[in-house]
Amino acid sequence: MNWPEFFNMGGYAFNVWGSYLLAVIILGLNIWLPLRRYRAQQKKVRQQHETSS
Amino acid sequence: MIFQKYAAAKYFYPLAGKCLPWVASLTVITLCAGLYLGLFVAPPDYQQGETVRIMFVHVPAAWMSMFVYAMMAGAAAIGLVWKIKLTDTFISASAAIGASFTLLALLTGSLWGKPMWGAWWVWDARLTSELILLFLYLGFMSLQSAIDDPRRASRAGAILLLVGVINLPVIHYSVEWWNTLHQPASVARVDGPRIHSSILTPLLVMAVAFKLFYINVVLIRMRAAILDNETNSRWLEEQGA
Repeated sequence: MNWPEFFNMGGYAFNVWGSYLLAVIILGLNIWLPLRRYRAQQKKVRQQHETSS
Repeated sequence: MIFQKYAAAKYFYPLAGKCLPWVASLTVITLCAGLYLGLFVAPPDYQQGETVRIMFVHVPAAWMSMFVYAMMAGAAAIGLVWKIKLTDTFISASAAIGASFTLLALLTGSLWGKPMWGAWWVWDARLTSELILLFLYLGFMSLQSAIDDPRRASRAGAILLLVGVINLPVIHYSVEWWNTLHQPASVARVDGPRIHSSILTPLLVMAVAFKLFYINVVLIRMRAAILDNETNSRWLEEQGA
């Protein structure tokens, strides 16, 4: 495997890697933000149950 | 009625929790397989060269943009008829990810269009109708946040979603109805796909990965929303969040 050639993408490195980078950022935010909110929510509910019991 | 709406969330919440690790692992596996096939195995196209690899993100994202919208509209119709609370949770959980897939399809299309067409953007029927889809998502989201009463918000949102459904066939057939710069369908055709399996396989694997990813996001967002709505419900306490 020729890595410099692979990363060069036939001269379209910006367009190809740009697309994949955008996918990582946009889809990444879509999983990271809800997951953070979900974890915080779970923590809050657990604490509430502990104090009430 | 009250029993019904709580019962749904009560059963859905643990079920979604059980499914999540499986869906998450399947997503990671198919995503890795799709990326490997798309970046290392698929050959460069004889016309598009290496930019064909943009298609492995662009096409599944574009498919998902329409699929998510159709799911939301379907849930909206069910919600209007049967008044199930969980459909609202599902629709709200889908909006942002649907808009994101649409944005991703538009942006990657732009990155492909510049070297291949010589323009970042053209006002072609396919691109324009996809942009309208993004506005439908954004319109739905702002409508939801603008109305305080949840029942009115869900009704107004459902009507917007159902009216907007008309845009889905327009997107799909735009390449046939109008003389577009965007190429016609080459996978979803009556006479079968017209692309070589070395390109088609990574495309389909990535499409499955994106679909699984969507299920992941929806399950997490729905569980978070249920936790938010039912913080004080007894069943949640019994189950231990």
